[in-house]
Amino acid sequence: MSMELKMAWRNIWRNPRRTGLTISAVAFASLILVFMLSFQFGCYETMINTSVKISTGHLQVQAKGYLEDKKMRQVIRDPDQVATRLDTVKGIDAYTFRANGFALVSSDQRTYGVVVTGIDPLGEAHVSTIQSLVRTGRYLTANDAYAALIGAPLAKNLKVDINDEVTLLGQGRDGSIAAAVLTIKGIFDSGMDAMDRNVIMMDLQGFQDIFSMGKTVHEIIIIADALGDVSRVQQDIRDQLSGKREDTDLAVLDWMDILPGLLQGIQMDLVSGIIMYIILIIVVAFSIFNTFLMAIFERTREFGVMMAIGTRPSRMATLVMIESVCMTLVGIVAGIIIGSLLTLYFQQHGIYIAGTEDILKQYGIPDRLYPRLSLISASAGPLVVFLITFVSSVFPALKIRKLNPVEAMNHV
Amino acid sequence: MLVRLAWRNIWRNPRRTLVILLAVIIGVWSMIFLGAILRGMEAEMLRNAMSNLTGSLQIHHRAYRDDPVVENSMADRDKLDRVLGISLGQGAHWTRRVRVMAVASNARHSGGVTLVGIEPEKEARISFIGSAMTAGRYLESGDKNQILVGRAFLATFNTKIGHKLILMSQDIHKEMASKAFRIVGVFSAESEAVEKQFVFVPLSQAAGMLKMGESISEISILLPDLDMTGTQETHMALKLTAAIADDTYCVETWQQLLPMMKAYLEMSGFFLYVWYGVVFVAMGFGIVNTTLMAIFERMREFGLMKALGMRPLQVVKGVVAEAFFLLVLGISVGNILGFLSVAAIARNGIDLSVLAAGAQMWGIPRKLYPEIWVQDLVVAGLVVLVLGVLVSVYPAVKAARFTPTQAMMKN
Repeated sequence: MSMELKMAWRNIWRNPRRTGLTISAVAFASLILVFMLSFQFGCYETMINTSVKISTGHLQVQAKGYLEDKKMRQVIRDPDQVATRLDTVKGIDAYTFRANGFALVSSDQRTYGVVVTGIDPLGEAHVSTIQSLVRTGRYLTANDAYAALIGAPLAKNLKVDINDEVTLLGQGRDGSIAAAVLTIKGIFDSGMDAMDRNVIMMDLQGFQDIFSMGKTVHEIIIIADALGDVSRVQQDIRDQLSGKREDTDLAVLDWMDILPGLLQGIQMDLVSGIIMYIILIIVVAFSIFNTFLMAIFERTREFGVMMAIGTRPSRMATLVMIESVCMTLVGIVAGIIIGSLLTLYFQQHGIYIAGTEDILKQYGIPDRLYPRLSLISASAGPLVVFLITFVSSVFPALKIRKLNPVEAMNHV
Repeated sequence: MLVRLAWRNIWRNPRRTLVILLAVIIGVWSMIFLGAILRGMEAEMLRNAMSNLTGSLQIHHRAYRDDPVVENSMADRDKLDRVLGISLGQGAHWTRRVRVMAVASNARHSGGVTLVGIEPEKEARISFIGSAMTAGRYLESGDKNQILVGRAFLATFNTKIGHKLILMSQDIHKEMASKAFRIVGVFSAESEAVEKQFVFVPLSQAAGMLKMGESISEISILLPDLDMTGTQETHMALKLTAAIADDTYCVETWQQLLPMMKAYLEMSGFFLYVWYGVVFVAMGFGIVNTTLMAIFERMREFGLMKALGMRPLQVVKGVVAEAFFLLVLGISVGNILGFLSVAAIARNGIDLSVLAAGAQMWGIPRKLYPEIWVQDLVVAGLVVLVLGVLVSVYPAVKAARFTPTQAMMKN
């Protein structure tokens, strides 16, 4: 075998130009795949983390059924007890409580139906980015029971500004009427239309008073240390909560449950990406197939001589296969190295694509995108390139077996 | 003479020619195929977005889009009727709407919705609602307190056909107006958000409840052809603006109404051409390599030609002419293959319903019919032809550099 390996290696470099071009083709395909996959994964992670930080959190604890129905009475009865359990779970960065209700909000001139969310100002600041999204006025403080944060377009529609008052009218948890006057302290702009137009935030304790919630809440929002830890943390929380009778009606949901659209959007983008990559790989495979085939034609005479001196056709086929594997490997390694360096560069500096700001803003993403190199993104594409080029080199190699030494030697 | 020589040279070794041709064909086919899928997706997304109560163009009160309330409505119904009757061409449809934020409530639930007052027959020709009924019936012209709601709405409000629903909103005098409706029909839409957001009632009932009289919130116009570049809409908008000649009314095209869609279409078109470039580079390596090898195989021949007095430039021209023929041939066959494969899948479309929720969020259609754009064909063909000829210059120069002695010594 080592003899074949040596022969193959020398054969490759007998024609450096051809080898160089073949290797370049493989390297180019690998490079593109490494970069594009890293880019896609980077975008996904940014999208997930921004969506998660603006509203939903990586994980949520809710009453069972609340996700589907969003009924006021589906509450977590004893949030503090759940919190003590959460404190024992490793990998949780922060958590906070929230409660939601529907209400009519009126200013002097206008009335709109909105979602009122009760937040714990201190806890919320660790979990979501809402504090930094307040563009005018200020964020809530600990004793702001009847203060509110409002989205910029909603403020415009209601024709209200900082320190104006709005009236809330809704239904409490027990069916009673919930009414209050809130003072607007801050106006936020998350870029996500649904949130900016439909949500008013206020202090959780004030919310609990107005909506007769007692000590109960609707959601516990949890941020994990890293996106990769989410499923483990979810399992740990489930383990912590199971077995306690009062907790069996609680559900531990991850961002994929809460935002199924985001997950499927990512899957869809991945699928369309994969279609494009497959097409690229097919084109490259044909490039390489052609080169191999031509190389075999060109070396017909040489094979004829080798056969005449007693080399078995199978051995020559093996030799040719080893040559192609060597070339592909060199190309792939070069592609992975260059692709990774390129990716790492943009991972540091970000990529700015003109004209995409508006689209990115909808997902709350800043105008630069950062690819993210990972073991999978660096190896998956090149591995497929390797397999496909290997397969495409089999057919030319098989051609050798059909050669007749006498005819082959006469070949020019 | 050069051309004839090149053409004959190509067919002297059909096997070699076929190998190079195959690379070009596959490359061109992949570009056309990918382009067709992408364009099909874009067209379907745009159609969906338009049918989602947008249309090709809309007319509003100038302040309505910023502040969509009943005060900002259009009073001069006769004038608009007259202008639209004259200005719109054959095949265009238009309808009036009252559109306002409202609160819907029943015994179990209450929530914010968009109340849309429609003219049932005209609306059906323009937006999705006409063909979206899954249960019950559509609105009819004589209807009074009938209302259509979405499928997802039924679940949220825990209600069903025949039950009552109270709608509340501010009327034109800033007073709270409310009216009871009875659910007669249920519609389904591309996304659950739409099903929860919109409720439809007869135009006259909405106007009556809000004390709007003859005023309306918007006019939606659907032009007969889909123009992804928005040119015909822009022309029509200018024409209508001139005809109305009143700056309290504002005519806007889908490009202004759906800026995200416009940005997305531009970006995906740009990205497609970038990908054409990437595919070409992948293909280019193969073309250069095989052409180079062919040149080296024919070294003797080139040496002989030069010995016979052919000048280097003529050799370059000859080789480039061969590459040109090969590329043109490959592009043609690639186009034919592209057309055939697109036609094959266009008959049934590609089903994307597996990814339904993602499709909703990203506004991507559930079913996809590929579409071939002449523009894409031209770009793909030009990219391959121009760049292909350029890269073949390298082997051609190599061939021109062979000296007669060196070349004829070989073998």
